[in-house]
Amino acid sequence: MQIEITLTAPSGCGYSARDLGFLLHKHPDHLHVRDLPQGKGRMFFSSAAAEEATAVLHLEIDPVGLVRGKGEGSGMLDQYVNDRPYVVNSLMSVALGRVLGQTLAGKSKERSDLASRALPLRLRLTPLAVSGGAEIVRRLFSPLGYEIAIGTLDNSGRLEILDVSLSAEVRLSDLLTHVQVLIPVMDNATHYFVGPDEIEKLLAKGVGWLETHPEKELIVWRALRRRSELARPALDRLAEGVVEPLVHDAPQQETSAQDGEALLERPTRLHDLRLNAVRDVVVEAGARSVLDLGCGEGRLLRLMMRERQIDKITGVDPSVRTLEAAARRLNLDEAGAALRERVQLMLGSLTYADRRWGGYDAAALVEVIEHVDPPCLSALELSLFDVARPKLVIVTTPNRDYNVLFDRMAAGELRHGDHRFEWSRAEFADWAQGVAERNGYTPEIRPLGPEDETVGAPSQMALFRRAA
Amino acid sequence: MKITIPDFALVILIGPTGAGKSSFALKHFLPTEIVSSDACRAIVSDDETDQSATRDAFDLLEHTAGLRLKRRKLTVIDATSVQPRDRARWVALARRWHALPLALALDIDPELCQQRNQDRPNRQFGSHVARNQSRALRQGLKRLAREGFRQVQLMKTPEEVAALEISREPLWTDRRGEVGPFDIIGDIHGCWDELTALLDKLGYQRDPYTEGEALLSARHPEGRRAAFVGDITDRGPRNLDCLRLVMGMCAEGAGFCVMGNHDHKLARWLKGRNVKLTHGLDLTAAELEAVSESFRKQAHDFLDNLRSHAWLAGGGLVIAHAGLKEEMHGRGSGEVRSFAMFGETTGEVDEFGLPVRLDWAKAYQGKAEVIYGHTPTLEAEWLNNTLCIDTGCVFGGKLTALRWPEREVVQIPAARVYVEPKRPLGADTTRSAQQEHDRLLYFDDFAQKLRIESRFGGAILIPEENALAALEVMSRFAVDPRWLIHLPPTMAACPTAPEGPFLERPEQALAFYAKRGATTLVAEEKHMGSRALIVVCRNVAAAEKRFGTEDGKAGVVYTRTGRPFFRKEAQETELISRLRDAAYRAGLWEELNTDWLLLDTEIMPWSAKAQELLQSQYLPTAAAAKASAEALMAAIGEDGPPELAELRVAAARKGANSAALQKTINGYCWVAESLDDHLVAPFHLLAAEGAVFSDRDHSWHMQTLARLCEGDPILLATRWRVLDAEDANAQADLTAWWEAHTGVGGEGMVIKPIRFLAQGNRHFLQPAMKVRGRDYLRLIYGPDYDLPENIERLRQRNLGRKFSLAEREFKLGLEGLHRFVERAPLRRVHECALGVLGLESEPVDPRL
Repeated sequence: MQIEITLTAPSGCGYSARDLGFLLHKHPDHLHVRDLPQGKGRMFFSSAAAEEATAVLHLEIDPVGLVRGKGEGSGMLDQYVNDRPYVVNSLMSVALGRVLGQTLAGKSKERSDLASRALPLRLRLTPLAVSGGAEIVRRLFSPLGYEIAIGTLDNSGRLEILDVSLSAEVRLSDLLTHVQVLIPVMDNATHYFVGPDEIEKLLAKGVGWLETHPEKELIVWRALRRRSELARPALDRLAEGVVEPLVHDAPQQETSAQDGEALLERPTRLHDLRLNAVRDVVVEAGARSVLDLGCGEGRLLRLMMRERQIDKITGVDPSVRTLEAAARRLNLDEAGAALRERVQLMLGSLTYADRRWGGYDAAALVEVIEHVDPPCLSALELSLFDVARPKLVIVTTPNRDYNVLFDRMAAGELRHGDHRFEWSRAEFADWAQGVAERNGYTPEIRPLGPEDETVGAPSQMALFRRAA
Repeated sequence: MKITIPDFALVILIGPTGAGKSSFALKHFLPTEIVSSDACRAIVSDDETDQSATRDAFDLLEHTAGLRLKRRKLTVIDATSVQPRDRARWVALARRWHALPLALALDIDPELCQQRNQDRPNRQFGSHVARNQSRALRQGLKRLAREGFRQVQLMKTPEEVAALEISREPLWTDRRGEVGPFDIIGDIHGCWDELTALLDKLGYQRDPYTEGEALLSARHPEGRRAAFVGDITDRGPRNLDCLRLVMGMCAEGAGFCVMGNHDHKLARWLKGRNVKLTHGLDLTAAELEAVSESFRKQAHDFLDNLRSHAWLAGGGLVIAHAGLKEEMHGRGSGEVRSFAMFGETTGEVDEFGLPVRLDWAKAYQGKAEVIYGHTPTLEAEWLNNTLCIDTGCVFGGKLTALRWPEREVVQIPAARVYVEPKRPLGADTTRSAQQEHDRLLYFDDFAQKLRIESRFGGAILIPEENALAALEVMSRFAVDPRWLIHLPPTMAACPTAPEGPFLERPEQALAFYAKRGATTLVAEEKHMGSRALIVVCRNVAAAEKRFGTEDGKAGVVYTRTGRPFFRKEAQETELISRLRDAAYRAGLWEELNTDWLLLDTEIMPWSAKAQELLQSQYLPTAAAAKASAEALMAAIGEDGPPELAELRVAAARKGANSAALQKTINGYCWVAESLDDHLVAPFHLLAAEGAVFSDRDHSWHMQTLARLCEGDPILLATRWRVLDAEDANAQADLTAWWEAHTGVGGEGMVIKPIRFLAQGNRHFLQPAMKVRGRDYLRLIYGPDYDLPENIERLRQRNLGRKFSLAEREFKLGLEGLHRFVERAPLRRVHECALGVLGLESEPVDPRL
């Protein structure tokens, strides 16, 4: 990876382009080598005429060291086949600080006048892989007054490999600062851990341009690694004293795939509605023990815990990590014996039967069944309706008919990447009817959420009551 | 005085403090067999005389004794136990674990006890203590038998205590030393014709038949023994003759019999008890009323002495009339006897007026095979290691015998229906009883540390967290467990080449095996695609019959982690049907006498499965590395200053490396829209009906699969050769082949001992080893791995863990397959697949 800095000296400008050497503190006729933690930085001038001079900073990253670390400790990467040694990324930002620290600070012993004035400069970054592509480069640098030239070097992978040049009349230290801050933003990654001290660094480097940058949310969000506990205070501080609409949420394109479903359904607050509906059914049925199958981090469990009539609440999930998160969110680790007795979490899976599931009054599967592969539905039916046989089973699942109303969804697309299917109202009713008949239950189907005349409600719920 | 006690019992010492119980116990029992109340008091309170700790101490005592009994260990309770309520607790404990409760009472003069206590510093209680305890003891002595003790021994003086000698003998049911072979015969119910025909078919030589009441007999010329599961008489036409024959065979030692409920009832009738002459006893009674009193006495004694069950063959076989739960094997209690005769019932009756039986076999998970009768069924079918061989002969079914350990079923159809059954013998279903049971697996059977016994030596341990991780993956992504009969092992890389631009070379693999005594090796071309296991059945019906599946498929294609291989189910269906046809063309179905095959294959192109990795990792890396090198070269220029010339040469080398990586990747990628765009290269024919082909060497696998591959252009026969690791010419030839193959983008080679299961000088040998090409390894270690500054560091790689992992996964994978082929319960097959998946989460360098 490398960056190239070109200074031109139009006739009558009063300086020589070779003065770039003074600004960078590097003699134009020499090769400058600097050892860096992850490799070597080399700086040399590929041309150094009076009219135009180009300085090159090339980083040679040690690809084995990135994986193995130095000596005993393990490295930062798992995979040797990795673009990190080759594309411009935060390693370059760090190298800039190390190799061109004086320049970034705007200092030049011999040419301090040039250091403090805007010069016709061009900076080239190559190769560059930008999360979001060329469009993001433009959104980041155009507002800062740069003219942008973008070439595509390769487009075989998911991200294009770009060759980007930025030109402007700009102070060299400003140019380098912009680039240093925005490299990890374009790359959308850092090779180091981002903690609270990163807020200060970002705000200090952003003085004079970040406050008013129209994409500052994107910049802050990405620079602080999408950690909202860091990004929100940073944005608040940037907004102080600046008259501008207040910040709400992260920009839309920054939502990860997992958040997609929540985002789609957000206007209706559908999930809360579902949980409340399930809770109401359980309470109405007079259930005293409840099994929450696929409990996730425990939102339904929390609702159930508030109900005095329920004295046994069990959450089941296949993931150890999810259950640990649920225990934390419900404070079960610090709870007293009575609560620990009442609320229990256990590992389990819907495609296996489980002897511990016997004897419950009610079982709930809230937005779970659509994560089960269709061939495994028969195992689910057996384990739940034939072996465990709770008196009441509640199943909620998206209504596929409703998907046409989500304008951000393509036809045939599912609401979540891990959904193995989504049922139309007819399909759901059909399945429920069959399960009920085969296992001695009485089914009832209810819509969940505001109903549309033709496509129904966004979600649907089936109640199965066991024949006495 | 000498007494004999069973070697499994709960022995309760009874006697006042100071009677000498503890020293008596130490003289006759191991210290670990004795659980003493004083010791328990000390454990919970630091003071063995602290009476306030008595309650907790006795809880501990009961718990400890219970755990020992659960493990079938003789246990001695050293407490005063002079009060009936204390003893009742121990009798109940013994019953809970089906151990015989025995009482050894030390009725020593209280004055002497008191004297002894005075001599011990921590027993300074008043003289009333021993006196009261002694009085309580004497009051209770007469009632001990009624309290449930099966053996009582009283000692009245220190001399008697000192003189007692105790020897131990196995329980009557404990016949683990008898290893067979046996011919286990189902419920006879007086079906003389069928019984004799069956004995003849089994090869027994019968004495000529005589009229009257003399015993008849038969014996097997090879010393096999007949084992009758009981219910010799009632309902059938010739009860007396059947009884005469079974009694005769037992008397001669040519057979033995366990107690059936009908035998029990007949014994009671013979003893003159008031028994209802129902359920066919009327017929037997009528026959027996015609014989002499002395025969009736002899029959009574025979029947009355039948044991509840037989625990045989080192604990690997149990014969009981109505079956037996694992916790009852080789134990004795009223409950064991009742269970073995009648089974367990719920108290309800079904629509035919018969008692509803709890199906203990469904919950059975024991290692011992349990062979039983009692419940007439249509076919003798294994379920969870149990087999009911009552096939309702008297109801017009069959008389069934099981040859053990051969597990061969031998049957004689009933000559006619002697009695109409109240309840039909069972519906004819496609699924076997085992398959019906295996429609569902239980999470709690696997969510724990797994210890999986492998027939290839030792047990393989799967830590709990690995098992849980594997369960999560299984439940979210895997194919139906009924299809998942095998997960393939990982393969180790060969030892690292010591120098030069290569990390791996064939020489290292050859030397590795030669050093361990395996000189005849096979080398197979290694394909770069995605590993796939393929189950192919002749048709959907065959699949449903053998695998118990319900998805309408005739086979399945899954990845090495058990996920469906194809996104489009139609492609899977097409591949299965083409493989089936190819197997017909190669004549494999007939040749292997099977309805199904399991193939271990590589499916190409790599890009078909690896799109995500290609797009996000491999292609961008290669392109970026190339762009980075080119940018540096361009910046330096053709004729840059001399100090940059060296840098330019290095950049050029890196540019070439990244181009080589791109070229290598591209060789593994092509558009594969339809199935015809794929190539399937099978390299192991792992199993078929009744056989795991780990007993055939690799040349058989390759030759057989080559014939299969002729049957369809989508199938790719792998190039392979046999070589002698110590023949220099063969080595040179192989190396030349490897260099040529890897020089044009081939992944490399797999080198294996010719025997599938290879034993080294001392150990199990690595079953296979990969030797990967120089360019291929750029996909593993990055484009520039072979630069001198990189390769020397990369040579330091730890192969030991990988070897160990590969070996454990190999053993587990084959174990699972053997279990499937032997028709073990799915739980035991699944456990192996889960184990392989669990092992894969061990921290081992993924590049090896």
